[in-house]
Amino acid sequence: MNETPTVVVQNLCKAFVGPDGKRFAAIDHVSMAVRAGELTALVGPDGAGKTTLIRMMAGLLKPDSGSLQVLGIDVAAHPQSVQDRISYMPQRFGLYEDLSVQENLDLYADLHGVPQEQRHERFTRMLDMTDLARFTERPAGKLSGGMKQKLGLACTLVRSPDLLILDEPSVGVDPLSRRDLWKIVQQLVDEEQLSVIVSTAYMDEAERCGRVVVFNHGRLLADGSPGTLRQRARGMTYTASPPQGTPARELQARLIDRPDLIIDAVPRGGNVRFIRRAEEDEPRLKDVLRDAPYEPRPEELEDAFMMLLRQQEGEKGATKPSGEAPSIAVNGRQDQPVIVVRDLVRKFGDFTAVASTSFEVIRGEIFGLLGPNGAGKTTTFRMLCGLLPATSGYLEVAGRNLRTARAEARGRIGYVSQKFALYGNLSVRENLEFFGGAYGLRGQTLKERIAASLEQFDLDPSAQSGILPPGYKQRLAMATGLLHQPDILFLDEPTSGIDPLARRAFWRTITALAKGGVTIVITTHFMEEAEYCDRIAIQDAGKMLALGTPQQVREQTAASGAQDMNSAFIAIVEQGRAQREIAANSI
Amino acid sequence: MRRCLDYLAKVWALVHKEMLTLVKDPANRTLLIVPALMQALLYGYGATYDLTNVPYAVLDQSRGAASTELLARLDGTGVFHRVATLTSSGQLAGVIDRSEALVVISIPSDFEERVAAGQQAPLQVILDGRNSSTAGSAASYVSSIVASYNQSLGNVSSIAVVSRSWFNPNLESRWNMMPGLIASLSLIQTLMLAALSVAREREQGTFDQLLVTPFTPLQILIGKAVPSILVGLLQSTIIFLIILFWFKIPMNGSVWLLYLALFTFTTASVGIGLSISAVALNMQQAMLYTFMLIMPFMLLSGLLTPVRNMPEALQMLTYANPLRFGIDTVRRIYLEGAGLGDIAFNFIPLLAVAIITLPLAAWLFRNRLA
Repeated sequence: MNETPTVVVQNLCKAFVGPDGKRFAAIDHVSMAVRAGELTALVGPDGAGKTTLIRMMAGLLKPDSGSLQVLGIDVAAHPQSVQDRISYMPQRFGLYEDLSVQENLDLYADLHGVPQEQRHERFTRMLDMTDLARFTERPAGKLSGGMKQKLGLACTLVRSPDLLILDEPSVGVDPLSRRDLWKIVQQLVDEEQLSVIVSTAYMDEAERCGRVVVFNHGRLLADGSPGTLRQRARGMTYTASPPQGTPARELQARLIDRPDLIIDAVPRGGNVRFIRRAEEDEPRLKDVLRDAPYEPRPEELEDAFMMLLRQQEGEKGATKPSGEAPSIAVNGRQDQPVIVVRDLVRKFGDFTAVASTSFEVIRGEIFGLLGPNGAGKTTTFRMLCGLLPATSGYLEVAGRNLRTARAEARGRIGYVSQKFALYGNLSVRENLEFFGGAYGLRGQTLKERIAASLEQFDLDPSAQSGILPPGYKQRLAMATGLLHQPDILFLDEPTSGIDPLARRAFWRTITALAKGGVTIVITTHFMEEAEYCDRIAIQDAGKMLALGTPQQVREQTAASGAQDMNSAFIAIVEQGRAQREIAANSI
Repeated sequence: MRRCLDYLAKVWALVHKEMLTLVKDPANRTLLIVPALMQALLYGYGATYDLTNVPYAVLDQSRGAASTELLARLDGTGVFHRVATLTSSGQLAGVIDRSEALVVISIPSDFEERVAAGQQAPLQVILDGRNSSTAGSAASYVSSIVASYNQSLGNVSSIAVVSRSWFNPNLESRWNMMPGLIASLSLIQTLMLAALSVAREREQGTFDQLLVTPFTPLQILIGKAVPSILVGLLQSTIIFLIILFWFKIPMNGSVWLLYLALFTFTTASVGIGLSISAVALNMQQAMLYTFMLIMPFMLLSGLLTPVRNMPEALQMLTYANPLRFGIDTVRRIYLEGAGLGDIAFNFIPLLAVAIITLPLAAWLFRNRLA
């Protein structure tokens, strides 16, 4: 059984017509084989072709050329016989929001024709694994994002498949739910010797798999076990410590601005981890690092992944250094708070989304709001931007009270939303003109600002905004948010859905802005991005659980042995939940 | 002065953006002109109660000079066309049942003698009542022909009705219908456009981006309302020009007053549309609400059936219907040449609707609970 591969892909091609009317190859001459009884990860940035490949495996798309065999069957010729034997969970699983958890399970069991006598046992096992047994009566629409995803997985697995295919099951899911989800998948592989193919953008998830296949722009870049892939970065990985008083992100910015010497650099745990180019010599490296001491560190899968991406894209200089800090006139003292929040409360009916929260954000600071799905961070964020009125409490933004001077306060902030929220059928220039006008800019001033920001963000003014690639859409959103030179820039999950290289470029810009005196408030799902922040706040169930520098937050959980931000986050949220349970039981 | 200019510049930015998004979409561009054009022509030709062709059958059992003369008069109208000449009363039901004839005229065998003797001569007219209004018109047409024949025979009745219909001398239903369309056709488009404007932004996420700008609710309201009103007036103008120059229905009133009335009417419609838009979560909901409202607006407007024929309670309800006063005002200006003094009352319910819905929409923009 184990000798025959579950999936055999040979010279597979699939092209689509892009929004700009041009054809592009979503899958470009890919050949690979997936072993049975193993967990195989398809990794790659958004738009790499992972979903296209998965949909072809599930018989939902026909390949243009090449052959594709799943469980020994030619999918293109007999999609139904493949579909009868596999379980496929698409990125957005079709749960019926008005039906209860149990009704959803019943429905999917009916759809797949699961015999009545098998259901009870299967349901019990699924509900037990997903920890949803307590919620069988709850409508699916009222579950949190993580729970919905788990229910989706349970519905996918109402019958026992020969192959399980999961398309980015952890997208938009917080670290806690992500961990639970992977526990379930791991359990299935261990106990049922199930073959699983999973696509992901997270390297820590890929690391758990027996086999990792790396894609980018429709091409297969590498294929092997995490151990063999890691080898590629051997001897090139280092950690540098910034000198006292310098934020790690500034050292990181210095390194990433030298693509001739450094392949990649990220702040991590107060230090900067970087990958050097093998061919470059020590003295030049020392020259860039200056007063920052550095030492080798063991290579990781992520290092190899970044190297592969850079190799493919680096030649054309994908991340051109975004230059020096944009000239932004900063008025007021440096250490003054620009956001003051005291006893902020927001209730929706009986439900308290944000409970008595207080904090301050200082000028020029990068402030990160983190929390699991439904923790209240979005609500807090929306209140800070003036999108949602507070139920009670004091809220001051850029020196203006948000209750009494809402429009004035809004004039001093910039906002970049999670989804692309500019007018898709207007051109880049028209969007900038409109939002400039909205902030009271006109005439010569408006013209100059638009010209400057087109230059700074490298945008084509006549391009239609709606069909820009995701990275450029985000640049436009940033340009729009900064056009009126705000004191504070609010960014809501700005890096979800853009590839790691674009994320590096994005953070390079943020670092420059903060250096120029702009205060940044940001929410993110990527815990490692908290390392760029000066201070972070972790919320759960509407309460502030931790507030401080990333270092302080990590130390708060030192007892639990948390090394990185991800495990620190999980530890803090779990501590908070345990305490709440104790408090609830003592009443 | 400077602040005033700043204010106007901001509002202009929003109006400009709204117009751009409207015009940039090719589907939108056709929507602005084609439906108004098409519907005006369709209604002009299609929606009419006028009788121009009445198929009829005859059962002439008298076959005398009097019956021949009467039938000749009927045929001479150009409206009545004989489709069958029946020979027995048994065939009578068949022609009506099969809708071959709308009217059957049955002349009894003693018709000739009675007319000659100066006696009352009954003439049976059988109508297809399945279409009551056409049958009614046909019946009255027959009566008037019989009356004029009576007169030619010298049977002058003591009272003769001489009617002249003002404003629409030939009582063409097109004259009644078309000016009403200036208001009603543009209502559909204006309502839809306004209802989608905020709902679309909410659905696409752009509304949040708009709300974080320093725009005040009033500025957003103006920015959203002005383009919809302009589009409404554009549509009204298209229909107005078609009626005036294509169907050649004479305009008796002042163009300025007509446009003042149309502006007030369109503003009230936009107020309703924007309120729908501010409540709706997405475009689908906005469409649903709009369709739910358009039907009663049309039925209770007096476009097809007079408001005074409706039950008392429904008549009260029509005061909330801008279309009722829109149609009435436009008709009266167009056909009667009514002056401002004559129609001043109609502005009150229109303004009332606008004054309630527009601020409601502005308030809802920001205060609608997520």
